[in-house]
This record gives sequence, structure tokens and C-alpha cells, in this order.
Amino acid sequence: MHLTGNPVLDVILFTLLKLVGFVFVFVMGMATVLTWVERKFSAFMQNRIGPNRANIGNIRLGGLLHMIADPIKMLTKEAFTPNTPNPWLFRLAPFMAFVPALVVFATIPFGPGDLQVAPLNVGILFIFAIGSLNVYGAVLGAWASNNKWSLMGGLRISAQMISYEVAVGLSLCGIFMIYGSVDLQQIVIGQDGTWFGIVPKWGIFAQPVAFVLYLACAIAENKRAPFDVAEAESELVAGFWTEYSSMGFALLALSEFIEVVLIGCLGATLFLGGWQIPWLVEGTGVLAGKMYLFGNLVPHLQAHAWYLVVAQVAAFLIKAIVLIWLQLTIRWTLPRFRYDQVMRLGWRIMLPTALVNLVVTGIALMFYERF
Amino acid sequence: MTASIHALKQTAERVGDDMIINMGPSHPATHGTVKFVLTLDGETIRDMDITIGYLHRGFEKMAEAGTWQQVLPYTDRLNYVSPLINNVGYVGAVEKLWGIEITPRCKYIRTLACEISRITDHLTSLGAGALELGGFAPFLFGVQAREVLYPIVEELTGARLTTSYTRIGGLRHDLPEGFGELVESGLCKVEDLCTKVDQLLTRNRIFYDRMIGTGVLSQKDAISSGCTGIMLRCTGVDWDLRKHQPYLAYDELDFDVIVGQAGDNYDRYLCRMEEVRQSIKMIRQLLKQMPGGPVNVKDWNVVLPPKHDVYNSIEGMIAHFKLVTDGHQVPAGEAYYPIEGGNGEVGFYIVSQGNGRPYRIHVRPPCFYAMGILKKLCVNHMLADIIPTFDTLNMIGGEVDR
Repeated sequence: MHLTGNPVLDVILFTLLKLVGFVFVFVMGMATVLTWVERKFSAFMQNRIGPNRANIGNIRLGGLLHMIADPIKMLTKEAFTPNTPNPWLFRLAPFMAFVPALVVFATIPFGPGDLQVAPLNVGILFIFAIGSLNVYGAVLGAWASNNKWSLMGGLRISAQMISYEVAVGLSLCGIFMIYGSVDLQQIVIGQDGTWFGIVPKWGIFAQPVAFVLYLACAIAENKRAPFDVAEAESELVAGFWTEYSSMGFALLALSEFIEVVLIGCLGATLFLGGWQIPWLVEGTGVLAGKMYLFGNLVPHLQAHAWYLVVAQVAAFLIKAIVLIWLQLTIRWTLPRFRYDQVMRLGWRIMLPTALVNLVVTGIALMFYERF
Repeated sequence: MTASIHALKQTAERVGDDMIINMGPSHPATHGTVKFVLTLDGETIRDMDITIGYLHRGFEKMAEAGTWQQVLPYTDRLNYVSPLINNVGYVGAVEKLWGIEITPRCKYIRTLACEISRITDHLTSLGAGALELGGFAPFLFGVQAREVLYPIVEELTGARLTTSYTRIGGLRHDLPEGFGELVESGLCKVEDLCTKVDQLLTRNRIFYDRMIGTGVLSQKDAISSGCTGIMLRCTGVDWDLRKHQPYLAYDELDFDVIVGQAGDNYDRYLCRMEEVRQSIKMIRQLLKQMPGGPVNVKDWNVVLPPKHDVYNSIEGMIAHFKLVTDGHQVPAGEAYYPIEGGNGEVGFYIVSQGNGRPYRIHVRPPCFYAMGILKKLCVNHMLADIIPTFDTLNMIGGEVDR
């Protein structure tokens, strides 16, 4: 990668480029678009029109301008702080929810080779470590709101998020065992190729149970329907964010959408082969670790490289978007669990299933390696 | 001594204090406006204080100020999701006291209006119940089905909600032209949407788990608290005024009384769902068997004379004048007329002193008695169980608070 000629500056600039391109353009963009998509898509599912009123002159773009109208509205609303002994905690909480949600994207490989903001070898562990900080945002916000409904939402969320953290971690262990790494880039490379020339070697085919568990637990951790007991609007008014208004509310809502994108991206990486394009591009895994953007390439692929990379990044984004769509569909189809049913599902069904899945995977791998 | 040990044991088992929390009147779940003061031990309800009356308008007192006919618009606002049933119930009570026999066509049209209203009532309850359990799509399908029926009600009465359709001794007017086809096309859409709601909810495991075994009402409690309608039938009591004390045209119709078993929320949900289908069946029969003839009785002491007679004959003019200024000369006495409303027995108890104005009107609102038993259904269950229980109970503020 030759941008300036200075190798150190190059690395910094390239990292910034990736950061802006992936995290700010794709992730934030996607989260912002999701605020509109969620309403429009649910409207489509429910035979209504959905948001279509925001306009500049006569331009409406099917309501897409709500993406601009909403932040303006949020910014101009009063940032109400309830009568609470901890106003600072109250103001801090949305950031505690927002920042970790964004930071975890650093280790997601959105393309081959260097196309990863921070190529950490602990990959997924980093995501778990930082991602679980998220719970503090909700719990602190609930606690500092000095509102009984918020408090109950906070209690529910802390129990739920911690419970499902265990199940989601265990559900992914099978993937680590199969691909022998927790580095996300290595896992994607491991998903290269096909079985019998037809079935892509994706995580979803190697670990179908884990995929279902992952999706369910991840949605539960993200506290969205059908697991939205923490903000169950009919029970707890609005749960832990009852007292939030203005940008505090916007940040909490946006961090939820960012997590929707995260679940999509992580699911695509672990289960749908990440940036791999099945059948079409065989053996691209060998390119990993080599920078081959803009001409600095392995010789025999030189002629194809730039559009190959573009296609692979696009493949990754499409897979992520499919999973995001799946989450929206689930969100608008299913009713809500009761709080104790969520916990029972987590501990009595999800966790044992994940453990059994782990044992079966272990036995299968042992036989596979021995014979 | 034993008592104090018992008390000690109790305190040892309980960690921390109970939390007292206000649920309502401006809580999303307490629509219809009601307040629950909950004493919570964790998420479990230990005590529940139910406060009604936020929608009190003084209907019964207001009714004493007008003539018999002027009470009718107030009845629209009692159960505001099925106003036609209230209209029918009120004029039925007056006719009973007066001893007026209405025409067969009027009977059929009133029955038809009641059944259309029952569907809108049940759909609202089903939809709102789904919404509060997080199912937004079934709610909107339910409301969409209701929106199919409201234009039909509008075609019939001129208004969606403030129908005021019935008159003492008859109706505001006959069925509009082409009403049968309009209803039939509407019913097909309603059936279709009901199937969608059914598919989304009935066999949905999450919905099932929320509903089954929650808000269980025993047969004994249901009877002793005066519950009627679905609240009573869900416990297995076969009691439906339409079947067992037939009024209007119900004895000429073929329909089943839907009876539950367990008395829980799921049974109430299923009963409502099935009653919608029964009502659709009844409406088809009513349209097929609809008799001809006039809708109003031929008595100018009861029904306003036609405009032609008012402007062209002295008798007509006087009859109109007397009815409008003096009101209906309902003979002195009292009468109670119960009909099966959306939530149960809607009864009007009226007292007349024979001077053209009601002396006293009392409404028996079905939800009022159900609200009395609500505490028993909720205490010692979880906070989240209030939601489906309160929804399947289907409290209508306008009716309870009057």
C-alpha cells in the first residue's frame, strides 16, 4: 500500500481509511438507515405505509429523509435529566452503551488480507470482552434514572445479558474447534472451498445448531423482540430508557441498531463464510496476510485483484445485510417472552444445547482426525 | 409463641422490602384508564389495588336530565368499541317497559348490527392483546379487519362510533341499498385477516406460553363475582344470553355457544377467536333470512311520523311536536333488559314515573364485575402476567366508569 511513501504514515492512513470506510460509512450508515428500514419494513409486513412525511420541498424518497429529520429533532429536544442523585451516571450511560458497540467492529474482517481495522489474534475474545461492557450502559442508565420502572428494566437486562453471554460464547466454541482459531480472519480463511464441490465449507453447514443458538442468544443479548423484556413497553413503560430523551435516547436506540449490524457482521463472518464467495473464487485463502490492494499483489492474481477484492467485500456486506434482514423479520413476527421464560430458555435450553453441541463437535472432530 | 415463630420464618424467607409502584393511569398497559397500585416482591405481585373511575362521566345522572330519546347518544359512549349493542340494549329496555312489539325486520336489523359490533369488539380485544405481548403485526391485522367493518357501520348508521342508530320502536332508517353485498365482501376480508391473526398467534409457542395457565379464573369465582360473557364461558359455564334467554332474532339463528375449559387467558383468547367466526356465520344467516316490511312500529306515540305527514296533516304535526317536546310517554314502572354485549351481559335497568323523562337509569356493565375479580387473577403471579390477563378481560373504560 503506497499512499505517501512513508511506511508508518501509510499504515496509519490505511487504518484510518478502513476505520472510516467500514465503521463510519458502513456500520454507522447501516445503523442510521436501519432506523428508517425498521419502520418501513415493519410497515410493509403489516400492510401499512410507514414513515413517508419528511421532505425537502417535494423530495421525499419514500421517507428516507426521516434519517435526517430524526437526528435534527433529537438534537433540538430538551435533554431532560430526572431528579437523580447520580446525574453524571445518567449522562454517561448512553456512551457506555454506544462506544463498546462501535469498538467491537475493529476485529471484523470485511475483506481479505488487511481489510480489517485491527487484525487481533484474539479476535472474537475481544468482541466478547468489549461487547459485554454494553450491559453497564443499560444498567447504569436504569439505576441512575431514579425511576422504579427503569430499575426493574435494569434488573431484567443485567440478568438476561449475563445469562445469554454464557450461551452465546459456548455456542461459538464449536466454530473455534473446527477452524482451530479465534482470529476472525483465520476463521474466514478456514471457510474457503466446498465439500463435495457443492456445499460451501461455511460455519452454518458445519455447525447448524450453533448458528440457531448464536442468532437467538445474540438477539437476546441485544435485548430486541422477542427478548425485549427490559424495555417491554407494555409492562415497564419503556424499561431502562424510560427517562431518556433527546440525544441520550438517540444514542441508546442507535447502539441497539449498531448491535443489530454487529450480529449480522459477526454471523456472516463466523457462519456464512465472511468475505468468501463460494464456488466462484476457489483458494483465495492463500492470499491472506498479503497486502494485494492496488497492484501490490501475488503475481498470478494481479490482473483480477481489484475487482476480486471489491466483489469479496460486497459479498461480506450482502451476507451481513441478509442476517440483518432476518433479525428484522424475527423482530416484527414474534411476540414477547415473559421475563422468567427468557431466563428459563437461556439456562435450561440454550446452554445445555450449546454444551451438547460442543461435545458432539468434539467427538466428531476426534473421529475425523483419527480416521 | 407459634405465631411469632411463623412471623420470624416469614421475615427470614423474605429478603428486602416490597416495592410499591403505580401502574397507571398513564401506563401503556392500563388503557381504558385504570390505576393499579402494585406491591411487588421482585417481579411477583403481592398485592394489587385497583382504582377505576378515571373515565367517569356521570352517564346515569346525565340520562335523568333529557327525554328518553336524548339518552341514546350517551349510550354510544358506554362500550365505545361496540356502540350498536348499547343502542339496542337501551331501546330494548324502554320497549320492554312500554310493552312495544317491534317489527320482524327491525329485529333482524338490530341483531345484524349487534353481531357486526361484536366482531369489532372482539377484534379490538384480540388485536390489543397481541400488541401488548409484543405482536405488532397481529394487532394491525385485527385493526385492519375492524377498518373493513367500520365503513359498513358507517354505511348503516352514518357514523363509525357515535352510531345512535336505534330509535324507540324502530330504527333511524332501513338498511341502505346494496347493504347485503357490502357486508358479504367485508366478511370475506375479515375472515381472511382473522386467519392471518390465527396463524400468527394460536400455535405460536411464545404466545402460547404467555397465555396458557395465566390469569386462571375458577368457575366458582366467575359465578360468585358476577362475571358474564367470555369471562364466564371460558371457565366452562355454558351461559350465553343469546342462546339461553333469546332476544331479538337469536332464537331463529343457528349458532354455537363457545365454551372454554381452563378459564385461563388462552381459553379466553380462543373463545373470542371462535365467537368472531360464529358472528360471521350469524350475519350470513341474518342477511339470507332478512324479512321485508317496515322497520318502525306504526304508532305515532312511539315513532316520529314521516315528514310528509308532519308537514301535511295536523295529526302528524301534533304527534311530532309532542314527541320532541314532551318526550316518549313511557308508563310508570321499572324494567331490566339484559343483552349479550361484547364482554358479557349489558343490562339497562330503567325506572319511569310516566312524565316523559327517565327517573333513573342504571347500566350493568359486564367489565365492572370482571374488574372486581382481576386482583384474584393477578396476585402471586408475575408483573408481566397482568398484561395478558387485563387484555383478555377486555376492560372498556367508558362502560366500567359510566
